[in-house]
This record gives sequence, C-alpha cells and structure tokens, in this order.
Amino acid sequence: MLAVANLLIPSLLGLMILVSGASVANTVEDLTFADDASRDRYQNLIDELRCPQCLNTNLAGSDAMIAANLRREVYRMVTLGETDEAIKSFMYERYGDFILYRPRLMPSTWALWLLPGVLLMIGIWVWWVMARLSSSDSDDEMQMSETDLAEVERLLGESHRANDT
Amino acid sequence: MAKQSFLIPLAIFLALVLILGLGFTLDDPHRLPSVRVGQPFPEFSLPDLTKPEIERTEGDLKGPALVNVWATWCPTCYAEHEALKVIEQTGVRIFGINYADDADKARAFLSDLGDPYVLNVVDADGRLAIDLGVYGAPETFVIDREGHILYRHVGAVDARVWQETLSPMIQSLAGAGSG
Amino acid sequence: MWIEIGHFSVLIALLLTLLGGATALYALQRRDVHWAALALAAAPLAFLLILLGFLTLMAAFIADDFSVTYVAQHSNRALPIQYKMSAVWGAHEGSFLLWCLVMGGWMMLVARLSESLALVMRLQVMTVLYGLQACFLLFLLLASSPFDRSLPFYPGEGADLNPLLQDFGLIVHPPLLYMGYVGLSVPFAFAIASLWSGSVDLSWAKWSRPWTNVAWAFLTAGITLGSWWAYYELGWGGWWFWDAVENASFMPWLLATALVHSLAATEKRGVFKSWTLLLAISGFAFSLLGAFLVRSGVLTSVHSFAVDPQRGLAILAFLVPVVGGSLALYAIRAKSIKTSAVFAATSRESFILGNNVLLSVAALMILLGTIYPLIYEAATGGLKISVGPPYFNALFLPLAGLLLLILMVGHETRWRKTELAHLLKGQRWQWLVSFALMGALLSWLESSSIPQALFAWLSLNVLVGLARQWGTRAHLRGRWRALMEQSTSYYSMLLGHVGLVIAVIGIAATSISSIEQDLRMAPGDEVQVGDYAMRLTRVGDVDGPNYIAERGEVVVTQGGQFVARLFPEKRRYHVSQMVMTEAAIDAGLSRDLYVALGEPLGDGAWSVRIQVKPLVRWIWLGGVLIAFSGLLSLLDLRYRKRTTQRAQMANESLATLSQGH
Repeated sequence: MLAVANLLIPSLLGLMILVSGASVANTVEDLTFADDASRDRYQNLIDELRCPQCLNTNLAGSDAMIAANLRREVYRMVTLGETDEAIKSFMYERYGDFILYRPRLMPSTWALWLLPGVLLMIGIWVWWVMARLSSSDSDDEMQMSETDLAEVERLLGESHRANDT
Repeated sequence: MAKQSFLIPLAIFLALVLILGLGFTLDDPHRLPSVRVGQPFPEFSLPDLTKPEIERTEGDLKGPALVNVWATWCPTCYAEHEALKVIEQTGVRIFGINYADDADKARAFLSDLGDPYVLNVVDADGRLAIDLGVYGAPETFVIDREGHILYRHVGAVDARVWQETLSPMIQSLAGAGSG
Repeated sequence: MWIEIGHFSVLIALLLTLLGGATALYALQRRDVHWAALALAAAPLAFLLILLGFLTLMAAFIADDFSVTYVAQHSNRALPIQYKMSAVWGAHEGSFLLWCLVMGGWMMLVARLSESLALVMRLQVMTVLYGLQACFLLFLLLASSPFDRSLPFYPGEGADLNPLLQDFGLIVHPPLLYMGYVGLSVPFAFAIASLWSGSVDLSWAKWSRPWTNVAWAFLTAGITLGSWWAYYELGWGGWWFWDAVENASFMPWLLATALVHSLAATEKRGVFKSWTLLLAISGFAFSLLGAFLVRSGVLTSVHSFAVDPQRGLAILAFLVPVVGGSLALYAIRAKSIKTSAVFAATSRESFILGNNVLLSVAALMILLGTIYPLIYEAATGGLKISVGPPYFNALFLPLAGLLLLILMVGHETRWRKTELAHLLKGQRWQWLVSFALMGALLSWLESSSIPQALFAWLSLNVLVGLARQWGTRAHLRGRWRALMEQSTSYYSMLLGHVGLVIAVIGIAATSISSIEQDLRMAPGDEVQVGDYAMRLTRVGDVDGPNYIAERGEVVVTQGGQFVARLFPEKRRYHVSQMVMTEAAIDAGLSRDLYVALGEPLGDGAWSVRIQVKPLVRWIWLGGVLIAFSGLLSLLDLRYRKRTTQRAQMANESLATLSQGH
C-alpha cells in the first residue's frame, strides 16, 4: 500500500506535468506592456496568485498549462486596464480563496491577521514585566558592584574583558 | 511568573496536536473544492466540435446532465471515455468541453473511440475552463434543469464515482420532473 | 543479501539502544560507575551498526539492485553515480534512516565527550537520548523501512529519482539540516535532565552551550543551502517561499537562535533559567514537528515526501508523549526554579530577553500561518485557503526590523546595567556614518524605497557599531595583541552578527531592487534589462545523460562589453517525463544575472524570464558566516581546557560515587 502511494503520487505529478507541457496551441503571450507600471503590476500579480494545480507554486514559477493560461488572463486584464482588485476578484470567483496567496481580510481570517499582533503585544508585556521584576533591587546592588567593579578594574586592568559574551 | 502560566506551553502544544490530527480527517490536500457550485453555468459562445459552423452557447447545455471536460492530451481521459459510453447508455445526457486541444485530433478521437456526447464545444484557449474553475483534465460537472452547477468531480469518472455520487444526483434531478 | 544484513544491523542497533537506555536508568538508580560505563558504551556501537545498515542501502543503489523496493522507486540505471548515492536520502524511508544515523552519531559524541560531566547528569542525558533514538528506530523499522524487498517480481528498471533532486544541493542539504534538527535533541536532553533531577546548579546550561551552538550552526547551514538550492534549481528566481517545509526548518532555527542567546545569559548571569529550559524543549519540539509536517502529507508542499497518513499518525503519536511529556515535566518542575536575576531595563540581559521574545513571537506567527489552512478547512467544512509569501513577509518584516533595532542598541549594552550615557556615546557619529553608507548603497541600487533604506541603515549601523567596538578594544592595548587576546566567543558573536546584517543587506537589496521581466524573445532578438543587453542567439536540442533538453544561448553585454554567455534549458527527463527548468545564472558578488526559458510561443519564439538581482549572493554569504560563527565558538579556550581537566574530574566523580557503594 505504501509502495503504491509512493509510486502513484510522483507518477501522477509527472503525468500532470507531461500533460501540461504537451499543449502548445493556446498560449499567445505577447508580453509587451504599455509602461513599466503595468509590467510591475503583472509581475506582482503572477507572484501573488497561486497555481491551482501545483503543489504550492505561484503562477510565475509554474510550468503547468493552467498556470500559463491564467498568466495569459492576468496579462489580458492588466493590458485592458483592470485594477488589481478586479483581477484578484476574477480569480477567486472561479478558484476560491485558494488562489490568493495573500488571504483576504474577512471574519474567517481575522484570527490569522490579528493574532500575531496580539502575540507581539503579549510578548512586549512579558518583557516589561520581567524587566520590572528584575530591576527592583538593582539600584542598591548597582552601587556596590560598581565600586567592586572599579576595584577589580584597577587591580586587573582589564576594563573591557567584562563585556565579552 | 504565576504558577499556572507554566502550563501555557503544554496547552498550546495540545491545541496544536488537535489541529494537526484534524488535518487527517480532511479531504485530499490536492483537491480543490469548486466555488462555482450553485451558480449558473458561465456564458460562452464557442464552436461545436463536430459541426464547426454552429456556435453553441450555455443555453444548449440542457440539464439535468453531465458536462465533461476532456482533451486528447489527457491520458486518463481515454480510460474515462469507456465509462462515459456506458453511462450514456443509461440515458443520461453528456455534454463535452474539448479543453485546450487540437480540434482535428479531438474529432479523430471521437470517430475512433465513439461519441457518447450530445454535443462537444471547442474551448481552444481554455477561457471557458477558467470560467468554470477547471484546473486540469478530466473534470465533470453536474448541471440541473436551470443550468446551475450542482457538483464538480475532479479526475476520471469511473463506475464507482458514477454509482456512488453522480447517478444519485442525476436521478434526483430527473425525478423532479421530465428529464 | 547485503540489504538483509543491513536490516538486521539496524535491528540490533535498536536493541542496543533499548538496552543502553535501560542500563543507563539502572546505573542511575544504583549510582554505579560500571553499569554507567556499559550504558555509555552502547552508543558508539549502535552508531556503527546503523552506519552499516546505511552503507548497505547505498551499496544497493550503486549496484542497481531493483529488488529493493526503495531503490526501484528512486533510482535508475542511467542515473549518474553521485545521485545514486544521494538518492539514499532522497525520499522518506531513506532520509529517515539518515536521521537515525545522525542521531546515532550525536549520541556517540555526547557519550564520548561528556566525561567531565557529573555522572548523574551524564546518565540522565544519555537516557533521554536513548529513549528518543529507540522511538526513531522503532518507527523506521516498523513504518518506513527502506530495506523491504519486492520479491519475487521486481522491476528491471527503476522509476528514477525526481529530477529536482538530481543536484549537488540534494547531496548536501538534508545531511546538514538533519545535523541541526537532530543536534537540537542534545540541549533538549540536557534540559530534561535538569528538570528531572531538579538540580539548582547551572552546569546543564554551561554544558549545553557548545552542543547547541554546533547544532544551530548546522541548521543555519542547512537552511542557507536550501535557499540557494531552491534559487538555482527551481527556475523562477525566488530564494524563499515560506513553503510549509521551509517554515518547518525556519521555526526551529528561530527558537534555536533564541536558545543560543538565552543560554549565554543563563551561563554568565544565571538569568532566564526557566525560559532557557522552555526554549531548549521547544526548539527540539519544533524539529520534530517539522519532521511531521514533511512526512505526513497534512500540508501541501512542493517539498513534502509522498503522502501517507498512516505514517503521519505514527509521528503524531510519538510527538504527543515526547513533547507533551516534556512540557508537562516543565510545567511541574520549572516553577520551583528560583531565579536570582537582577538586571536593569537597559542591561544586556534585558535586550537578550527582548531578542528572544521577538524570535519566539516570529516562530509562533509562522506556525499560525503555516497551519491556518488546516484550521480554515476544518472550520469551514471544506473550503480551502492559501497563506503565502505576502502574508509572511508582511508580518515578518516588522519583527525583523525590531530585531535589528535591538541588535543595534543591544551590543552596546553591559550586563546587569548600562548607563544611558554609555549607550548613547558615539551613537550620533555612528548613525551619521551609517546614513552616509546607506545613501551610497541606495544610490548604487538606484532606489528610493523607504523600507529598504530603513533595513539598510539598521544593518549598516550594526556593522559600524561592531567595527567601532572592535576598534576600541584594539586601540586600548596595542592593536594586534588585543585582537589576539579577544576570546573566540567574542569573535564568534561578532561573526554571527556580521553575517546576519550582511544577509539582511542582501535581502533588502534584492527584494526591492531586482529587475524581473518575462519577455517574448525569438532567436536574434535583443532586449535591454537594466544595464544589460541580452541577445538570444539560438535555441537548440541537447541530449543529457538521462534527459533531452531545449537549450537557449543568451549573450549578455554591458555597454558593449561582453559579460557572459548563458545557457538556460528546458529539460524533459526520460523516465519520469518530468519537465524541468534549468536556469542559467551569471553569479557575482554585486549581482546575479538570471535567465530561464518559459514556454515556447510558436514560430521559434520563447517566453524568457530575465532577472537582475543585486547583492543576492550576500544572503547566502551571510548565512554561511552565521554558520561559521556557531562552529567557531567551539574553539573557545573554555572548552579546550576541559580536555586536561577531564581526567581530574573523572577521578573526582569516581571517588564520590564509590563512596556510595
């Protein structure tokens, strides 16, 4: 069973890629843009859109036929002057949120976008608390150790060694 | 630090394990669910495969029926073709979309291996496929009488898929009125 | 027949491991030196046996023995010899054997090099390691054995190694990475031993440091190499994609980095004891989690091994008691650890704490993004979502900026407390110099990007600051003498941070200022990309050892001067029929020229992807420097002196223990 799985998946993948590589007739990308801004938009969009068939590749990096076709659609829409939002809408109306590498901000992704910020704030709070707790006695100790430190420095003449990691 | 806070890492870990364990119950990570389900079949105007002078539109796809996306460059489509011929015998309408293919090769395919399709549409540049959310071949859609997409199956249709999934769907659609 | 010997050998290794663990426990209970010696002797033997098993598998590959299922699945007669050898770790079963081999190697080293460690701790550490290894070997033999044969009918020809893996990168990347992943089990074992014995002293921190630094160095090297490999192998010019498997290596790295810093603070100042313990446990836990993610098929990745839920469940079943148990132990024992930490908000301790907080938040953020698609699918009943580079970049960059800021200010700090005056001394001068350098960099890049400027300034500030600090030390005592007298650990710290900022500068430069264009080119066409004129002279067919390819020739000139001749290829491998894009790269310290063939557009024209990537090599250069810094720290005198004291301490522990008899 394991053996079958091990053989099946790579073969399927290989087949899919064979299948995609074999088609020729339908890609008529001219790849000329009116200006650099359009070209940049095109490059950014094909970087942010996911190839629906591949194992985690964007449209830019995929050799699959569906990726080539979708790149062509993006190119067509960019040259027609469609906005990035409109192009992304076109894509996720047909392929779902799966095709967007940047998840849309919606109730089901609030946790995704907001939790890291919350974690950061918790982290800063933890740091604050620990720094607070640890410095409460520090002033008294400081004076003593500074004197000691100066004494040590004088004796050994190694003022900078103390700061090695 | 508060005594209970030492339990937080363990709690996070257990939640993580739960989520990962859930991952096993989920569908194949490589299968995309169709977001076109429930929506009307996309509009199109494409030539018929066997009669190129005729333009077909979405209105020509009369449900309840199967709409099969296929091509001659797709190896599994050959195997599926046999199953489709059998299914067609049961009286179900099968429409075909010839996806990003060489029309001559496609016609030769049908004349050599048989034609179970009511009609076939030539989607040479794959635009209709994109509108359907197709990402590979073969794929098969189930449409109802109003031409809405009810279901999408990715991969070849075989006896099991037909018996377990597609046939019941078609029957319940047909049962609601004249097929 | 050799495979069976190898299989048997690994089985004996498992038995030895179990025996070793049991003996170690027994020796602990009896405080018996002789049983202890026995327990420790098991590790080198087990390693040699696993090595034997590993070598027999490699021999099967070299001999094209397709009766061995694993060989048949991943090799081929036409496969070049070096890839036949590296194919051993090209897929799940074999790579897990490599994992066990590396674990065995680390265990052997720990057993041999810990002679001056207190016996109790030594035995506890080895017991944990034996326990882990026993689970690994059990999993290997029961659920993913590469030694299975498919008799009596076996293929006459193999299925071939995935073309993506037929590369130098595959030869080196997994071993380096595994050295890191598995190496993190050592500080983990020390942490468990410390919690187990409930001891108050800090010997575990002192002892963990060299092991942690080395494991971390290897992990750094593995990740750096992986990034470089993806860049030249995958054909689209990217060097990091926040893919699930890449994240699976980055998360433990972040935690290991935090651990390296935390251990330094714990050893020198006795602070953060429970945090360091938690980091040690978490680092290894994320390593194991990474292994799970790659092998279970739960997450989609270009990188993951073949999907097998059964295997995934087994790993999960192993994760729960090991990590769950460790964290439970931590929850119970750690709260009784008293810390006498005293430090000010402006102290080095405080900045290290801040550093670790940020690294941990980053790791958790990456974890969230990586598994969110799973959560989403489960919560929405089947809908799929993607979380990719735009998300991770958006969230990681601010954290990285904060980290750089902490580094910039942090290396001026002193332990316990730093006067504000000291912190600010010389800063203005430093800021100005960095600003000037940053301006020079951005004008060279012809860029006006604010984020890029910010990261460049922060990085340069760190560089200038480190240089200034180093110069101050040199100045005080007569340059050369002072430089020689600095401790190796000072230099490794210096090198590590220098490596980091070099990598950051490379990332800042290439992320914003790269020129990327997909262009239609027919033979004879010339295009202008940046300063470079690129002419596609021809595209022809080429035969490789196990593939055929269409190879283009692109001549690059700059201002009329010849720069390079590049040969991008589109390969189709015979056996697997996989199509692969082989990019052509003209590498340089100041920039890479990257050309790849897209697809044929008809009439002999091709879509060609052309990129000019400034300073991209600095990213991996920086990574290599960081890796070196970890290894350099081993040379510190503190660790070398131990060899002479070893005998003395061994005698001492012997004396104390025999009193217990």
